[in-house]
Amino acid sequence: MSNAIHLHYEVSGDDFTRAGEASGAVKKRLKSLGYNSDAIRRVAIAMYEAEINMVIHANGGFCDVDIYPDKVEILLADNGPGIADVDKAMQEGYSTAPDNVRNLGFGAGMGLPNIKKYTDEMRIETTLGVGTKLYLTVIVRE
Amino acid sequence: MVVRDIIEILKGEIICEGDLNQEIKTACGSDMMSDVLAFVKDQSVLLTGLVNPQVVRTAEMMDMACIVFVRGKDPDESIVSLAQSRDITLIKTRYRMFTACGLLYSNGLSGGTEV
Ligand SMILES: Nc1ncnc2c1ncn2[C@@H]1O[C@H](COP(=O)(O)OP(=O)(O)O)[C@@H](O)[C@H]1O
Ligand SMILES: [Mg+2]
Repeated sequence: MSNAIHLHYEVSGDDFTRAGEASGAVKKRLKSLGYNSDAIRRVAIAMYEAEINMVIHANGGFCDVDIYPDKVEILLADNGPGIADVDKAMQEGYSTAPDNVRNLGFGAGMGLPNIKKYTDEMRIETTLGVGTKLYLTVIVRE
Repeated sequence: MVVRDIIEILKGEIICEGDLNQEIKTACGSDMMSDVLAFVKDQSVLLTGLVNPQVVRTAEMMDMACIVFVRGKDPDESIVSLAQSRDITLIKTRYRMFTACGLLYSNGLSGGTEV
């Protein structure tokens, strides 16, 4: 616990162009710490999809990242509308994103499946009208 | 194949110059960023008709060295400066998506996946 590096980022809900800043910063930090490129990429992609979701579906939120020698733990929390049916949301191709989001290159319903694919653990806590917490763990394998 | 070869094959124009000698092993053509993010490949180039900063961020997360904007689309200053800070080469080509992908494919670049 004591040798963990803790990072915190606020994610703005009204600037789509800045979505991904936090993920990019974490990626850069992991690189400078010498983590292997496979682990870095898995963290970056999973966190990026989650960050995008926070912006397009939940009006922003925050990320807490804990970097350990053997794993990276990420919490992404928002006060958005929550997810009514998590099983459905996890299906490839399921999306409630409006057309304007699709025109920006997202909203294909692949975000949560991608996150699942790249992480070793993924847990969703969500309450309608309250918000969503996404807990992700990526194990660093040498 | 290196970034410089891609520019030549696609009669492209450099908008933002990164490492032109960076080796390119595979390519990916898409306007949906989550589709790009679904398959991790090594040292690749992204061809897209989509022009916004998230194209650069997607390439950043995937460690892609180069983005090709098809149909002669011009990225704005915010996109260019983002690419600059990430050391990603931006190219524009007048070819449309199908033709640009076909040209790279017939010059030996593959998608890097079986299907
Ligand atoms: N943070 C979130 N808050 C509310 N709803 C979400 C959140 N993340 C995902 N969802 C819901 O889950 C669906 C599927 O998410 P995802 O697989 O990332 O696809 P997409 O973002 O392309 O719609 C979204 O369309 C949305 O309805
Ligand atoms: Mg998504």
